[in-house]
Amino acid sequence: MRSLGSPASLVNSAMPIYEAACACGCASALSSSFSSSSSAVEEAEATKAPVKPYILYLGCTIPQRATNYEMASRKVAAAFGLEFIDVPDMVCCGYPLASVDDITPLSMAARNLAKAEAAGADICCLCSACTGALTEAAHELEHNHALLERINEHLAEIGLHYSGGVKVRHFARILFEEIGPGAIAEKVTRPLPIKVAPHYGCHFLRPHEIHGEFDSVEDPRVLDELLKACGCQPVDYPEKLKCCGGGVLAVDEKLALSISNRKLAQVKARGADAICLICPFCSIMYDTNQKKIEQEFTAQYGIPVLFYPQILGLAMGMAPKDLGLQMNRVSAKALLAKLSIA
Amino acid sequence: MSDNANAAVLDEIDLSQMDGDFIDEIKSYPGGEHILRCFACGKCTAGCPVADIEPRYNPRRIIRMIVLGMKDAAMRDAFTELCSNCYLCQERCPQGVSVAQIVRILKLMAVRRGIVHPSYKMTADMLRKSGRLYEIEDFDNRKREKMGLPQLSTKCPDIDALYKKGKIDEKLG
Repeated sequence: MRSLGSPASLVNSAMPIYEAACACGCASALSSSFSSSSSAVEEAEATKAPVKPYILYLGCTIPQRATNYEMASRKVAAAFGLEFIDVPDMVCCGYPLASVDDITPLSMAARNLAKAEAAGADICCLCSACTGALTEAAHELEHNHALLERINEHLAEIGLHYSGGVKVRHFARILFEEIGPGAIAEKVTRPLPIKVAPHYGCHFLRPHEIHGEFDSVEDPRVLDELLKACGCQPVDYPEKLKCCGGGVLAVDEKLALSISNRKLAQVKARGADAICLICPFCSIMYDTNQKKIEQEFTAQYGIPVLFYPQILGLAMGMAPKDLGLQMNRVSAKALLAKLSIA
Repeated sequence: MSDNANAAVLDEIDLSQMDGDFIDEIKSYPGGEHILRCFACGKCTAGCPVADIEPRYNPRRIIRMIVLGMKDAAMRDAFTELCSNCYLCQERCPQGVSVAQIVRILKLMAVRRGIVHPSYKMTADMLRKSGRLYEIEDFDNRKREKMGLPQLSTKCPDIDALYKKGKIDEKLG
């Protein structure tokens, strides 16, 4: 298979055994491997330190189709003293080309990592797919020197160079690990006594090797704990770990909507007042397409779909319009009325 | 989506048509090393959000196809483009087979053979212009300004340069 390039060029290679702390964060996090919900919470509390500034990486979907998520994230981060650095020409993470090529998605990811290195900060992602692609690239380039050299030949074409060391973190992970549910709960002035179904999505935790196992992939707690900190009651449901279907939306829309439909039905049956997300593409499936799903499958859901920072912002007393709630496609009016929030 | 479960059934397997080198080829790629550990328990498929709804896509069958050397069929009839990249198959494999990565290897091999799903080309073209799947135009930046959000670049010539270096257009045909 020479036409595929050298085998070493494929991303996602089998993971080496780590002996020392790794710059991409995988090994250090592995040593603090998640065992139970309470220990993870204690750990997150214990390791709390002043949060350093992060580059806010927006990717493709957020700046165009999830500005509500971006607004709420910026508001909430500022309230915790988490500073975001903006790099206006950071573009796609490369993930959309993962099925097409091995090397170009990686060079596109590395372009962003190189820009972060030049700016001297780590990356905070709001999108889980971006988190996965950039984390994977950072991990690969940290552990495969030949690959790093090859990628730098590509980056040289655009006058960039990457030497390694940039960490990639999802915003929800930063909230959990670096701020912590305890500190979050302290800032909650308006607890939200509602039932919320957390949707973890796929690339926030999987594949576990690249994310350093900061939460369990089979029984994740991070989002549940973050919701509890806001006074919400997390709702468990059978397909909690499953994909939103967004990954096949461009290939087979009916199939993608069928996958989303199943989760919406389960969440509705469990009496959830809302779904909580941390990925803009999941939002396209559950929020933007909810009406379409209702028509396609003759169902009635009307379940508000909120990004976690919107829920947190509400719990911290922020106004719905400052959190972009009017931009959520499924109206949150009834939910806000239930909470007596004007 | 198939309404007919028979659509999921392959033709009778002709052993004389098997490619004995296929398994080694897959094993030579990162992620493919442990494919022969598979004992066909089916946990990958039981957890798959796609296989649950669409019987034409079946991770366990894909692994079997490779082990048997059904190279042409794996390229043509495995419906790898339906994989949602959710990684549940891989996480749940009790034998540590990188199922999702193996499906990706197949996808890339198919593209090299000229079997390109139209959505792949469309995605590559969408990204080329501004570097984002959803283009940011001046209009969007004005909207962002009103929302108090920072301005973003509207063009990204770097992407075309990386495409050229990565020979994306040749690969997509």
